[in-house]
Amino acid sequence: MTKIKTKSLQKRDSDLANSNRQLEILSSGVFENGELPTFKDKIAETKQFPLRPNKLEILQINLGYMCNQVCEHCHVDAGPDRKEIMTRETMQQCLEVIKKTGAHTLDLTGGAPEMNPEFRWFVEEASKAGIKDFIVRSNLTIIRANKKYYDLPDFFKKHNVHVVSSMPHWTRGKTDKQRGEGVFDMSIKALQELNERGYGMPDSGLRLDLVYNPSGAFLPGDQMAMEKDFKKALMEDFGIQFHNLFAITNLPISRFLDYLIASENYEDYMYALVEAYNPMAVKNVMCTNTISISWDGWLYDCDFNQMLNLKVASKVKHVSEYNEELLQDRNIIISQHCYGCTAGAGSSCQGVVA
Amino acid sequence: MAKTYYDPSDLRKFGKITEWNEELGNKFFDYYGKVFEEGALTAREKSLIALAVAHTEQCPYCIDAYTKDGLQRGVTKEEMMEAIHVGAAIKSGATLVHGVQMMNKVNKLDG
Repeated sequence: MTKIKTKSLQKRDSDLANSNRQLEILSSGVFENGELPTFKDKIAETKQFPLRPNKLEILQINLGYMCNQVCEHCHVDAGPDRKEIMTRETMQQCLEVIKKTGAHTLDLTGGAPEMNPEFRWFVEEASKAGIKDFIVRSNLTIIRANKKYYDLPDFFKKHNVHVVSSMPHWTRGKTDKQRGEGVFDMSIKALQELNERGYGMPDSGLRLDLVYNPSGAFLPGDQMAMEKDFKKALMEDFGIQFHNLFAITNLPISRFLDYLIASENYEDYMYALVEAYNPMAVKNVMCTNTISISWDGWLYDCDFNQMLNLKVASKVKHVSEYNEELLQDRNIIISQHCYGCTAGAGSSCQGVVA
Repeated sequence: MAKTYYDPSDLRKFGKITEWNEELGNKFFDYYGKVFEEGALTAREKSLIALAVAHTEQCPYCIDAYTKDGLQRGVTKEEMMEAIHVGAAIKSGATLVHGVQMMNKVNKLDG
């Protein structure tokens, strides 16, 4: 049985806190000896290498790695001990980008983005740009973590924020195993409060979506079937409603990679990802329509590449020198972790892609 | 030769049975795939039936496969254990109901 860790890999001085070490693992073993094809070879089979961006649709901004939770499988290695958070100066640079971007979606993530002391200021300023879909990825428990966050549901409503929240299962046991003791009850309370404000109600414009990612070394099931089961259970047990469920595959990086190795599931998991490879998912994979900006302003193809410190392969690498046209003319950086986004119906921060 | 009869990694090679008889192998996998599609029963219900049968058949490959399949479908460990008890109850019931045959025979021979 794997015990829940209470510290980030970085705090534990784990060698997996080093992104180079993670990339080394992802390129060795079954991929080095040819047992499994590399992601590059796999997408080359259908002439999809090099992977190139399509139209930019989503700007995803990571406001910092600080979080009130230490989830077992966090790809960010987030936690209370992480101090990296975006400054107002970098936020101002992001705001300049938001004002002129062609993207229709702004997606704020973390860590717990709400823990950034400039979070509310940034949301207020960013919402003035009139972007069509303004997402905040909230872990739910933050809403109940401290009095100063109790009014977040009202704040979200005021700015018509689209709330996307993690929920690994509709049962307490499986949720708490992955996200920590007591997380399930706090999440339920937070969802009820969001529902009370109109979030997640069938005809409401206040969008509330849930993210499901598996609690262990297995792939997510069919998104629509899972959504049906989640809706039935949350309604029957707690009277909770939400709009859509996004099923996301755990990528073999950071704490999930640590878990896979420690539980001796790494090789089987990589086999499962490669066996489930779907070439149809490649053309819509999230890095083809997203730019990810880190807490310190660097630009990445996606949040996962951010955590692996794989900056965009472009002349433009930082938000201070942002140029959408130049950025669009780039090759997307790939490695074996990318199999996580092309397994089955595919996976992205917006759920399935194929 | 392997020193054990079962090797977990052999499950990955299941598809290779078609290499020695393509026609029958493909027919089997087509049939297998069709059986597990959503129908009058949900794919989730079928997965639980498969898990119970995997146990009564005591097939380690099937147990691995349908435990994982259940987890992927959000099936809880309580549901999995209940399904196995259904299989076990039928298995033990099937043994015990033959007791009537024994009783009939005793009655005929020695009644």
